[in-house]
Amino acid sequence: MYRKLIIAAPYLWLLIFFLAPFAIVLRISLADPVIAQPPYSPTYSPDSFTFLLTDKLYAITYLRSVIMAAGATLLCLALGFPMAYGIARCQPATRNMLLLLIILPFWISFLLRVYAWMGLMNNYGAINNLLMWLGIVDQPVQLMYTDFAIFVGLAYSYLPFMILPLYATLERMDLDLVEAAQDLGASRSRAFWDVTWPLARPGVIAGCLLVFIPAMGEYVIPYLLGGSESLLIGRVLFDEFFVNRDWPLASAVAVILLLLLVVPIVLLQRYQARDQEGTA
Amino acid sequence: MNRQSRFIVSVLAFGYAFLYVPLVLVIVYSFNDSSIATVWGGFSTRWYGELLRNDQILDAALLSLRIALTSATMATILGTMAGLALARFRRFRGRTLFSGMITSPMVMPEVITGLSLLLLFVTLQQLTGWPGQRGFGTITIAHTTFSMAYVAIIVQSRLMAMDESLEEAAMDLGGHPLRVIFDITLPLIAPAMIAGWLLAFTLSLDDLVIASFVSGPGSSTLPMYIFSKVKLGVSPDINALATLIILFITVGVLLSWLVARRRA
Repeated sequence: MYRKLIIAAPYLWLLIFFLAPFAIVLRISLADPVIAQPPYSPTYSPDSFTFLLTDKLYAITYLRSVIMAAGATLLCLALGFPMAYGIARCQPATRNMLLLLIILPFWISFLLRVYAWMGLMNNYGAINNLLMWLGIVDQPVQLMYTDFAIFVGLAYSYLPFMILPLYATLERMDLDLVEAAQDLGASRSRAFWDVTWPLARPGVIAGCLLVFIPAMGEYVIPYLLGGSESLLIGRVLFDEFFVNRDWPLASAVAVILLLLLVVPIVLLQRYQARDQEGTA
Repeated sequence: MNRQSRFIVSVLAFGYAFLYVPLVLVIVYSFNDSSIATVWGGFSTRWYGELLRNDQILDAALLSLRIALTSATMATILGTMAGLALARFRRFRGRTLFSGMITSPMVMPEVITGLSLLLLFVTLQQLTGWPGQRGFGTITIAHTTFSMAYVAIIVQSRLMAMDESLEEAAMDLGGHPLRVIFDITLPLIAPAMIAGWLLAFTLSLDDLVIASFVSGPGSSTLPMYIFSKVKLGVSPDINALATLIILFITVGVLLSWLVARRRA
């Protein structure tokens, strides 16, 4: 009895508030937009999908989102890997402190952390002031409202998601293996690519997916830091829904975004399930 | 220091500067007297005073707190049940779907979660008349749904790492299963439940995108209010608000870290 209740309560909640909504999104993506309340027809038509798939603008937007998310992921990896490696090699007391400093930004409002960059990258903000004071440039460089700003914002916001899983695998790694490889005559870089990197791979994959997946649908960062012409799919979805009030098209945008993310999401879940079993 | 560790130390220094310099600058500029947020006009605390006189901010903050307290508590109850189910009941019908539904909300892009929940609420309203208006109730449900996943994962991994023999012993001695859960299991996983509650609370306070979808006219959470202001650019009173939030969270996280360290 009690057992049934413990399973049923969260199960029902998720069926109603997680699974059912997707069915509704799918249903509405197959309707026609009409001027009514709610603004979609009770009929079925594939028009929203044919429109999305034939209109070049949407293809470019999806592609741009993939490129931006992938670029930000690589940036996070390039910065996060040596950081995670360095933290894992510290004394336990320093290590805990350094880890805390990685986790802390994660607790501070995401929106405020993005906002912080608006002041920094402003034409008269800290970065431009510094560059002009150093004499590197004599006029402010346009940083805000560029793709560069979106990259920096994405990398900044999601860096902790990269470092934490990387740290978890690197910390568990047996250092003797690297030493053994070097004792046997492997060069530093050979030991890294043949020993450290393969052992760190689960963390690399988990970290990359944890950055890539949310970055794909990001709305706040492109809105606040990117230019009005730099379209990314999360923002397009939002605008189709709230500005153009085209619910079927917004739903279709969501369905295709979800299809693009199915493979990375399933991959991530498989890695996390394996990780759970590994530590149990 | 050899070349490799010098490289690592400089990357670490750069990385931490990257993470913290923006936040420090927001704090510095919150004490800027000038109303043009990027020009330094001398030290002043006047933006903090304006903050206290801004009723919109106080209302939004109050709504956010009410939502966060309610949704974190609901998420902890449901998430603990889910974590128990996943860790202790090895086989039941629909387990794969269940564990999939637990982990998916964590990785789902926010725009998709927000859109799908709003469409659910609209459909429900057409069919049943509920929810009559969107606001506190709908945002709380949305936040509960995505944060119960985090609680479930934390509780589940705590249970997996824990020895089952205490619970088994209590059962063998004739304890009612429900009593075993309340007297043995729950006290043992209490730290995980508290950690889960805190995470759910923070996630709720932090959420902008999902709340923007599922809220109705007239109910703005704090992030929604901040977003509507910063859309127009950097503003000094938001710097002051951000400083208060950053300091509040930093003190909270440091304190809980110290408490956890003393216990260990």
